[in-house]
Amino acid sequence: MTRKELVVSALENGTVLDHIPAENVYKALDILNLKGIESQITIGINLASKVHGQKGIIKIADRFFEDEELNKLALIAPNATVNVIREFKVVEKKKLSIPKEVMGIVKCRNPKCVTNHQPVKTWFNTVQEDNEIALKCHYCEKNTSIKHAF
Amino acid sequence: MKKSLISIRDFTKEEILHVLETAKEFEQNKEQKFLEGKVIASLFFEPSTRTRLSFETAINRLGAKVIGFSDAANTSQSKGETLKDTIKMVSNYVDMIVMRHPLEGSSRYASEVADVPVVNAGDGANQHPSQTLLDLYSILQTQGTLEGLTINMVGDLKYGRTTHSLLQAMSHFNPKFIFTSPDELRMPKEYKSFLDSMNIEYVETDSLDAHLNECDILYMTRVQQERFTDPMEYERVKDVYTLNASMLGDVRSNMKILHPLPRVTEIDQDVDDTPYAYYFKQAENGLYVRMAIISYLLGYR
Repeated sequence: MTRKELVVSALENGTVLDHIPAENVYKALDILNLKGIESQITIGINLASKVHGQKGIIKIADRFFEDEELNKLALIAPNATVNVIREFKVVEKKKLSIPKEVMGIVKCRNPKCVTNHQPVKTWFNTVQEDNEIALKCHYCEKNTSIKHAF
Repeated sequence: MKKSLISIRDFTKEEILHVLETAKEFEQNKEQKFLEGKVIASLFFEPSTRTRLSFETAINRLGAKVIGFSDAANTSQSKGETLKDTIKMVSNYVDMIVMRHPLEGSSRYASEVADVPVVNAGDGANQHPSQTLLDLYSILQTQGTLEGLTINMVGDLKYGRTTHSLLQAMSHFNPKFIFTSPDELRMPKEYKSFLDSMNIEYVETDSLDAHLNECDILYMTRVQQERFTDPMEYERVKDVYTLNASMLGDVRSNMKILHPLPRVTEIDQDVDDTPYAYYFKQAENGLYVRMAIISYLLGYR
């Protein structure tokens, strides 16, 4: 057995989310709504990564995600890779892409936005702002930067 | 399909020009009661005498009836009813809703809840598209064209929604911009990035004199106390610019001064009698433009 296999044990069926920035692992759990589910979850934080310095990894047993759910993750972990595991084998590898729209999860930063005062589900379009991704509120038309969004 | 007017960006260049042409028709003949039998709601969740009277006059001139309120204090909103329920209820009664609300994005939300067209008459500091269209109409009527003009925007360019919407609308017509503001109230970055992406030229200055003689339109704005969260910031900048007649000696002969009104100290009364003052006529134009907006959204023009 190599050392790598010891650090993160193998999964029979489920999803492995790799190359998440170490500091965003907890946010990733939020975005994917993984708090309080019953499946076995293994979390690694500050693991050595050849490419990204320190990385995080989340392994979720018996859980498979729609692309739409996964793409939300791209907002905080654009370089993450998704491995779909069935019977101990990687049957699919996916790259994430930034979603065009983000519904729910994020609150609008504008204190006067209608979504912060009325029971309205938030709705953002992703836009470029100074080479960074920002979320433009469909309602108040103000931008919320990704840094402030989660 | 119903069409609402929430943000000036909801209208294409062609739709903008169509509404302006229609407004000319109403300026020539304001007695056109083709909306007889229609009922239009005028829902003002925050007071705005000028905008409300202008919309309600437009509705009356077109022959429709008005229902509504001018202040949310006397409505079931004050009992805690959600905006959604108020709009749903009203939308059952009427053919169109005109609304002003202090929350930003409230009109967009209302247009998604309502079964009838919604016209945004101002949602907080966000959008006020009928103001933008009447500004465009005033520019068109005074300059004979919207193409290739130099617009000097003066005052609060940070919080002033009229300048932001006018900038977006004018971007269709190859403009140049001069942004005159104190450092604290400069045009936000997102609008300058927008102009950069469209290859539209602009300069920024804090001096009202600097580019006064180089513009076709001088768009003055009031520094609005209600938009400031920091009272110290307001005190520092409230009286920063005052335009008076003696400053207008060398301006372009076609130059016109616009102001969304009400003005306080930023335009001296002695400017009113110069040939450059256009702000009172601009307010009157609001009537024809609002008649045009209502007729267009209801499918009559």
